[in-house]
Amino acid sequence: MKRTFPIAGTYVINGIALLCLLALTIFAAYVKLGPFNTVIPLLIALAKGALIALFFMHLRYSKPLMWVFASAGVFWLGILLVLALGDYLTRGWR
Amino acid sequence: MSSATTTAPSHLEHQFDDAQQQRDAATTGMWLFLATEVLFFGGMFLGYTAYRIYYPRAFAEASRHTLIAFGGTNTAVLVISSTVMAFAVRAARENRQRIVATLLWITASLGMVFLVIKGCEYAKEISEHLLPGRSFHIEASDPRHAEMFFYLYWLMTGIHALHVTIGVVLITIFAFRAWITDAFRNHDTPVDLLGLYWHFVDIVWVFLFPLIYLVNRHG
Repeated sequence: MKRTFPIAGTYVINGIALLCLLALTIFAAYVKLGPFNTVIPLLIALAKGALIALFFMHLRYSKPLMWVFASAGVFWLGILLVLALGDYLTRGWR
Repeated sequence: MSSATTTAPSHLEHQFDDAQQQRDAATTGMWLFLATEVLFFGGMFLGYTAYRIYYPRAFAEASRHTLIAFGGTNTAVLVISSTVMAFAVRAARENRQRIVATLLWITASLGMVFLVIKGCEYAKEISEHLLPGRSFHIEASDPRHAEMFFYLYWLMTGIHALHVTIGVVLITIFAFRAWITDAFRNHDTPVDLLGLYWHFVDIVWVFLFPLIYLVNRHG
């Protein structure tokens, strides 16, 4: 059977990784990178969110049913963002 | 507590076959609640995104007026509190009640530190006329939409701070219960769910931080 709980060191490494990503995102914000100044912070935020969900919230060690419920929130958020922005972003098209 | 006896109190409610099923049902319910929270915050994130796409310059200028030293410190404080919370949940599963209580107190204290820093930040922003309303004033090319940025800033961080406050209150209550009573002995699910809530509040902040403080720091 799969383990349902990580070893203690996992939490420490996860916490340190999150702090490193925080330092990285602040550093990257002060460098001129053009469009990447918008993309990089969002990708780092997604990575941080995933680390928290997978290890602190134990999703990595959870049953598929929990994955379904956790994904559902993100999926509905995706519908909200994609459909609404599909309107806002295309209003200039003639 | 239907089948509680004097010797060994059972936490198994009668509608469940076994403890594992009860735990899975509770955890599933918590994830469902968090999905509704994602959508609750999602509406505000959508509003932010739509306005930022329409008025990128105003948002970039307004974002430079936010106080990154406060925001950055608070991000670190929440990450550390989440790490401590993860250890509290672990201790609960191992039935170490005193350690659970101690770690929960540390988590709640870090949550308080977050709120105090946020409060200082709010006070400084009010003194700099960055609270939308009659006294709002900003040196920007498009003050009206810079004000919209700050309207979204106060709304989103305010509702996030409300979540942190609720978390601090709950964590403190749980800490006292773990210290004084045997409420969580062989019954760590409530601590587990509290942990899920706290980590979720951390995730919301992880997304708020770059959208508020990092829009235009370069150049």
